[in-house]
Amino acid sequence: MRRSDARQLITDKAVPLGGVARRMRRLNIDGPLLGGIVLICALGLVVLYSAVGENMRLWLNQVVRLGVALVAMFIVAQMSPDFLRRWTPWGFLLGLVLLVLVLIIGEVSQGARRWLDLGIRFQPSEIMKLAVPMMAAWYLHDRQIPPRAGQLLLLALMIVVPTVLIARQPDLGTALLIAASGFIVLVLSGLSIRLMIAMAVLAVPGALVLWNFMQDYQKQRVLTLLDPDSDPLGAGYNIIQSKIAIGSGGLFGKGWTNGSQAQLEFLPERDTDFIFAVMGEELGLLGVLALICLYVFVIGRGLYIAIQAPDTYSRLLAGSISLTFFVYVFVNTAMVTGLVPVVGVPLPLVSFGGTSMVTLLAGFGILMSIQSHRKLLPH
Amino acid sequence: MDLLSPIKDHHSERRLFIGRVTLTSIVGFLLLSTVLARLVQLQVFDYEVLAQQSQGNRVRIEAVPPIRGLVFDRKGRVLAENLPAYQLELIPEQVANIDDTLQRLAALGLIEAEDIDGFKDLSERGPRFKPVTLNLRLTEEEIANFAIQRPRFPGVDFQPRLVRHYPNGEAVAHAVGYVGALSKNDLQRLEPSSYAGTAHTGKTGVENSFEQDLHGDVGYRHLVSNALGRQIPTDSREMADSLPSDESAAPGHNVYLSLDLDLQLLATKALEGRRGAVVAIDPWTGEILALVSAPSFDPNLFAVGMSTSQYSALLNDIDEPLFNRAIRGAYPPGSTIKPMLAFAALETGATNLSRKTMCRGYFMLPNTTHRYRDWKPEGHGEMDLHNAISQSCDVYFYELSVDIGIDNMHYYLDQFGLGQATGIDVRGEHSGLVPSREWKRTAFSERADQRWFHGETVIASIGQGYMLATPLQLASATGTLATRGIRYEPHLVAAVEDALTGQRTMTSPKRLADVTIKDPSHLDSVTNAMHGVMHGLQGTARAAAAGAEYEMAGKSGTAQVFSVSQEEEYDEDEVEERLRDHALFIAFAPFDNPRIAVAIVVENGSSGSRVAAPIARAMMDEYLGYGANAPQ
Repeated sequence: MRRSDARQLITDKAVPLGGVARRMRRLNIDGPLLGGIVLICALGLVVLYSAVGENMRLWLNQVVRLGVALVAMFIVAQMSPDFLRRWTPWGFLLGLVLLVLVLIIGEVSQGARRWLDLGIRFQPSEIMKLAVPMMAAWYLHDRQIPPRAGQLLLLALMIVVPTVLIARQPDLGTALLIAASGFIVLVLSGLSIRLMIAMAVLAVPGALVLWNFMQDYQKQRVLTLLDPDSDPLGAGYNIIQSKIAIGSGGLFGKGWTNGSQAQLEFLPERDTDFIFAVMGEELGLLGVLALICLYVFVIGRGLYIAIQAPDTYSRLLAGSISLTFFVYVFVNTAMVTGLVPVVGVPLPLVSFGGTSMVTLLAGFGILMSIQSHRKLLPH
Repeated sequence: MDLLSPIKDHHSERRLFIGRVTLTSIVGFLLLSTVLARLVQLQVFDYEVLAQQSQGNRVRIEAVPPIRGLVFDRKGRVLAENLPAYQLELIPEQVANIDDTLQRLAALGLIEAEDIDGFKDLSERGPRFKPVTLNLRLTEEEIANFAIQRPRFPGVDFQPRLVRHYPNGEAVAHAVGYVGALSKNDLQRLEPSSYAGTAHTGKTGVENSFEQDLHGDVGYRHLVSNALGRQIPTDSREMADSLPSDESAAPGHNVYLSLDLDLQLLATKALEGRRGAVVAIDPWTGEILALVSAPSFDPNLFAVGMSTSQYSALLNDIDEPLFNRAIRGAYPPGSTIKPMLAFAALETGATNLSRKTMCRGYFMLPNTTHRYRDWKPEGHGEMDLHNAISQSCDVYFYELSVDIGIDNMHYYLDQFGLGQATGIDVRGEHSGLVPSREWKRTAFSERADQRWFHGETVIASIGQGYMLATPLQLASATGTLATRGIRYEPHLVAAVEDALTGQRTMTSPKRLADVTIKDPSHLDSVTNAMHGVMHGLQGTARAAAAGAEYEMAGKSGTAQVFSVSQEEEYDEDEVEERLRDHALFIAFAPFDNPRIAVAIVVENGSSGSRVAAPIARAMMDEYLGYGANAPQ
């Protein structure tokens, strides 16, 4: 069998691959996933151009970052899942060490210690966004799932330790997302539904305990969500202005770069956490629906890749990456529309900012690697 | 592969996994549905409310204050106008080094060195784009000075604003009044919405009473501004398309006064260095031709704003420059009421033209010893009504007063408008006082004080005692004598002009109830006697009428400020200036066809005929075309 024939056998469709698809396959690129991502990024750049107040310099900055992130995705896609799995514990360990380092020698900015400067300046918590689900998947890879109680305890430790370290920075948003990505691995590995319900019930007293550990500004965010009008110029301002921006966009929006809420700076953090509101205002319900459809497509493709994945590690990791991406989308859109408290979660692939973009696309690189390195295995 | 691990059942594991993916997808779908539902709620159902809120966010309504109407005199000369004044402003965001800039401005003398810290504070506190005013009023010299230096001061510039200006401020201050900074009290009587953007309002005089006409209608501009309030140019963005249309301000109406600036200037000059008032009226319309109170003040100080020390100096000045004596000053009218009392006596039959009284220089009520003195200690000799007026014999009127009685005196003086507000079209006039038995009963609380005494009737007959009148009332009453009983309400505003269309609304003269006259010859006898005052051989004011090319009628008055005891002689040289008698004079001219009636009060002027009468003459000369300004 010629090499190309073998490749042809593992494709999803019975029809022979076209020239482009074949070349992509050779580069370990998943066409549908890349297409979805590129469309989201393109739409994102259009919205961002307006959200940064048509500042060409800032916008080009983001284009460059996106390019870097795409290169990172491409590089990660070349690493086989086996290779990734072998290096997973070491990556996780490195991440933990860096997190501890952050707490000791990290740079303080805006009251939080999140950055580490070791030649290059970066947030170690970003590494953990991928390292935690990878570690959980690695642990479960050659064990029978669903995991047993003792194994669950160990898994919980793998998730809780980095989460607590990041929460201490403090960076509650990232900590919650990382915990979610690990927890998703547990859910996908067959965590008992009864246990999950029990945990949900215990979450109520747990939340009360958490409340006591929260910083004042974090408490304020929760209180503000419950009644944003109580302090319209203070903490509730963000949510009120965001709701006005989205609502005043109506079905078709005020037109690109014509959103008065966004352009006249009524909308806070318009180019980062609240960029979804800019989109809602300027492109209307149809615009945000288009974006949400693209997200659903990308997530759906990711879950498809997960189901098709040949081994436990790949399966759990692909599932976790896809569903964590969903959590990003949900938390940000729910926050901007005033459904959940304001936690600092950017809109993935659209919000201004570099580090999270690289992590996100590296995650998609893993998905592509899993899809393209698939071997024919008996089901 | 780790051989120690149990053999994994890949098939069941994959089934479990697919099950879990399905489960999470359902959960995800539900979560996403809430977001979608929320979006539909906001963008479809709440759209109108939220769109309105976003409009309210960005659109700021700015009031455009109207331009205040101008005030002119009867010949169209400007009495109040709006002049541009320049203020110095600094825009913090355009200034690289605020401290250095302020230091250099202080070095130029444009700001005080001691204010630098305050300005620095101000420019750091507000929004960076909001100008800070450094100097409210630049002089011409300072403007020129700064204009040269301007390139050295980026972010500092002068801005024009309109300031009320009264070119002949002092001469018209009490009639025109002045504008001052809008206060909280003003906003209680004015409509706050129509004064949005207005900084000044009329405080006194015509500026105050015609505020509604002068102010104009406020306009509105819709501005697009960002969250910090910075104005965004509306032409650059489509966002401006949906702005509501602006409403331009309608300028205030121009007001034409019946005042004659020449008369105002003349009277002001005549009263220079004195306290007193001059009022001149056109008797056939009630138009006030002159209304001057001295000393006066510069109303421009109020319009521009003055320092506390300047203001307290005005307030505490012993001569009370802010007090409008012409309409608020209540003086004993003295002998100026004699013509009206003579008319009352003729009408009531208390006297006739041939009745004669022997004046020995004093009068005593029957069965009393108190001597009511005549101003002429040696007496006037035998007096009839005509001579009693023209020579101002007090004894004649003392004797007459008993026959007329206080209540008849009240009735007739009331007919001439004394003791009641004239109804002039500016606020604050004093209503004067003409006493009567009834008045005394209500005015005093002690039973003993409520009784009317004959002696009080006697002194009332020469305008002393309780009797009080304002210069305006006297001028108006004189006008009634001039018209032989026809009365008009005095007014200052002759016309109001729409500044846009130029259409004028003239004030129609308001005719009041005529004086009830049984026999018209009675009034003629009285005015003839007033003619005698000016032109008779022994007329008290014949000196003031000397050389006149027209005939006039007048009556002097001298009102006691301080009582001289029974045995003393009043010697003006020995009496302190402020205790000297007030000098009064009323007059009208020309005698047969009166066009002007005047009343003059000179506080502590000692003699009506010597001090006040020449002012009346000068006023009449000026108005009738024989004055210094008259064409030769």
